[in-house]
Amino acid sequence: MSTNTEQKPTTFIGGAANYLDERLSLGGVLKNFGRKVFPDHWSFMLGEVAMYSFVVLLISGTFLTFFYQPSMASVHYEGSYAPLKGAEMSIAYASSLDISFDIRGGLLMRQVHHWAALLFVAAAGLHMLRVFFTGAFRKPRELNWLVGFFLFLAAMGGGFTGYSLPDDLLSGNGLRIIDGMLKAIPFIGPSISSGLFGGEFPGDEIVARLYSLHIMIIPALIIVLLAVHLMMVIIHKHTHYSGPGKTDENVVGFPLMPVYVAKAGGFFFLVFGVLMAIAATFTINPIWNYGPYDPSPVSAGTQPDWYIGWLDGALRLAPSRMDVELLGVVLPFGVLLPLVISLAFLAVVAAYPFIEKWVTGDDREHHVLDRPRNAPTRTAIGAAGVMFYAVLWAGASTDLIATNFQMNLNQVLTSMQILLIIGPVIAYWVTKRACLALQRKDREIALHGRETGRVVRLPHGEYIEVHEQVDKYELWKLVDFKDYQPTLARPNAQGKITLGSKIRAALSSFYFEDRIAPVSKAEYELAHADHSPAPSVEKPKRKPRELVGKK
Amino acid sequence: MSEVEKVYRAGLATNIQKPIADPGIEPHRVRLTDKSEKAAKGAEQQIAVMFGISIIGAIIAIWGFVAFPIADLADTRNNTLWMGIGMGLSLLGIGFGAVHWAKTLMPDHEVSEARHQARSNDESRAKAIEIIKTADAESGFTRRKLIRRSLYGALAFFPIPALVIFGDLGPQVGNTLKHTIWKKGVRLVRDSHEGGTAIKASEVTIGSVFHVVPENLKDIEDHAEKLNQKAKAAVLLVRVEPSDLKEDPAKASWSYDGIVAYSKICTHVGCPVALYEQQTHHLLCPCHQSTFDLADHCKVIFGPASRPLPQLAIEVDAEGYLVAQGDFTEPVGPSFWDIRQS
Repeated sequence: MSTNTEQKPTTFIGGAANYLDERLSLGGVLKNFGRKVFPDHWSFMLGEVAMYSFVVLLISGTFLTFFYQPSMASVHYEGSYAPLKGAEMSIAYASSLDISFDIRGGLLMRQVHHWAALLFVAAAGLHMLRVFFTGAFRKPRELNWLVGFFLFLAAMGGGFTGYSLPDDLLSGNGLRIIDGMLKAIPFIGPSISSGLFGGEFPGDEIVARLYSLHIMIIPALIIVLLAVHLMMVIIHKHTHYSGPGKTDENVVGFPLMPVYVAKAGGFFFLVFGVLMAIAATFTINPIWNYGPYDPSPVSAGTQPDWYIGWLDGALRLAPSRMDVELLGVVLPFGVLLPLVISLAFLAVVAAYPFIEKWVTGDDREHHVLDRPRNAPTRTAIGAAGVMFYAVLWAGASTDLIATNFQMNLNQVLTSMQILLIIGPVIAYWVTKRACLALQRKDREIALHGRETGRVVRLPHGEYIEVHEQVDKYELWKLVDFKDYQPTLARPNAQGKITLGSKIRAALSSFYFEDRIAPVSKAEYELAHADHSPAPSVEKPKRKPRELVGKK
Repeated sequence: MSEVEKVYRAGLATNIQKPIADPGIEPHRVRLTDKSEKAAKGAEQQIAVMFGISIIGAIIAIWGFVAFPIADLADTRNNTLWMGIGMGLSLLGIGFGAVHWAKTLMPDHEVSEARHQARSNDESRAKAIEIIKTADAESGFTRRKLIRRSLYGALAFFPIPALVIFGDLGPQVGNTLKHTIWKKGVRLVRDSHEGGTAIKASEVTIGSVFHVVPENLKDIEDHAEKLNQKAKAAVLLVRVEPSDLKEDPAKASWSYDGIVAYSKICTHVGCPVALYEQQTHHLLCPCHQSTFDLADHCKVIFGPASRPLPQLAIEVDAEGYLVAQGDFTEPVGPSFWDIRQS
């Protein structure tokens, strides 16, 4: 060390910081990241909720692994839950009962774990919807959309594998459904099932195998994907909503230290605290009521955890008698069709950013989020997708809907089948019209100001309603959005109009045929030039109430 | 980047001149705690109270653990409740305190930070390409085709053993899906944990339902194997007015005086078809609501199933007990690709 600029730490913390920095260059890291700016909006919390739920899952799950035994060997239950005393069951189920009844805090941890899992998938799903409806998936974030998509799948997989571990009657029937679905796959189905279950269903392997997946493979996958997901957020910097001062070239918000350390750090405790309070007071998955797995009994009104509901609904909504025999090979379309449709739905979700980019041809980076109304077609497509998912999800409750509302089960199911097809179309149309109407309203306000409800009589007797011009910040919010127009199919260099170009033209007119352009400078000036006697931006000096009173 | 390039990169975007220029970040709104030292002091105290509540919560949680050692179910309920509430308070106290601190006392001036394009600058890209070219030249990766192609081959083959090694995850399927342990003369017994009793035809009154397993199931020692066999052999036994049955003449001998036995395993995805509607003779699967008409050879009348539930041919032995005439004549449970091949 030739220079003498080295600082001598005088305090303990200073000493510790010096120790670490001399070994890990932490000073440089902090210099770069300590004041990184993050924008503020409630909808940005959804992803945080998902991440924190996952941390809660890791913490509570670790506790559970200390007591749970993933074995399907049979024992006679000797724990303190009297109704099942002496019953033959798997060690997995018996140890789950022990966690619930014979270990202090065990039931609490089981319930925290289950509630956190439900919240994890829910928050991840809502986060995906937020990203979709605000166009946050656009360049440069398409790849992060994919990472997020696989995170969502991994979350569902983590949920399902965990759900099956207690080896109770309800989850066993869930596994049996998986077995039936696997067997339906042409040619390799029965072998896949045999491979998964280690022979015939249920066998004595599946719980241990799901356990490996649940506590090792899937969490590792989620951690890796999450790390990539967050790294990309750092590379791209967070998006922000459109507003004054917010552009594609900057990020407006609050610094990481101290504001976000306190807010986001505190928020982790809030999520954990709320989950803990729910787990303390609301029972979830009372496995002791279901009993050990037995292939013969089943309870009515069985329901999977919510995030599997849409897949179960897809199975229920398939038409009757769909087995097709072709050259001696049976294709059970009653199962294959829902399987294919669900996978196709997921594929469209994964591919959407790439489709939209191809249609718009927009190769610029986008960091300012769209208000959903300002991308009417995308928002409408999203609404159609949500409707499709929602009908499938509701389809998983046809029996409960029928019994609770005293309706005919067959009619409920038929209505769902019809709704599955026309629901998304209606949702698309209504949403698109609503978006366009909202955009018109925005234009109206930008051009002519807000209606104030104050009616004024002018000297020559004319009554007008006073419109109040919005301030420049509000005006900017209303006019600052991106606008596209449809393209035509154009010949390429060889003078040919390719099929791709035709499809793209068709899609771009589907997207942008009906559009409301943002207010332009010319329109704005025209609207204001026209208003010679109109009230100006200034508020009237007298109060309107007195004005009316004097009449 | 030139203007032309920018327009090209914007695709179908239109370029509309905005009515006003971007007015910039909205002016900061002053909070009460910014203006008044008293309010700031108050906020400070509130935050301290929240952190204090957190400490109390932790103490409640410890008390909940110590105070309710497990003796009966009430203790389980109490320690779940109190530990949960205590830990919940402890967490929420910290959470609310930290967020309140950030919102009232930490600066809330919005600041702007510049972004950079994800794309590396031209200089870096040129360097990167140069590095790749150098590495290629030095290794001869492009030039030495033999090495390159044999490497591709090796990389394609080396993962295959990693797949093959999983070959013993499960045995060959063989004929296991097509047979059950039902055999000629095996008695139908009640499905119960204690090992069910055989059923006499005379005990089966009209309208009653029996959940049935084969008598030889209890001879299987291995628990898993027992479940495997039960998962295929479970049967539902019902007696209806013989005149209500629409029987196929070829299968008329499969029932006994209005007593019919059908596989309980749904032909959709394998749930137990456990619900019987006495009035309509319908069997309903509670998982996906496939409905089978028991009076008409369990044909599918509603829901996603495709094949009728297979019928177990039954008769009565010398002592009056119901016995099977043999195994099912077709596979039970969900359809699979070679289900029709023997």
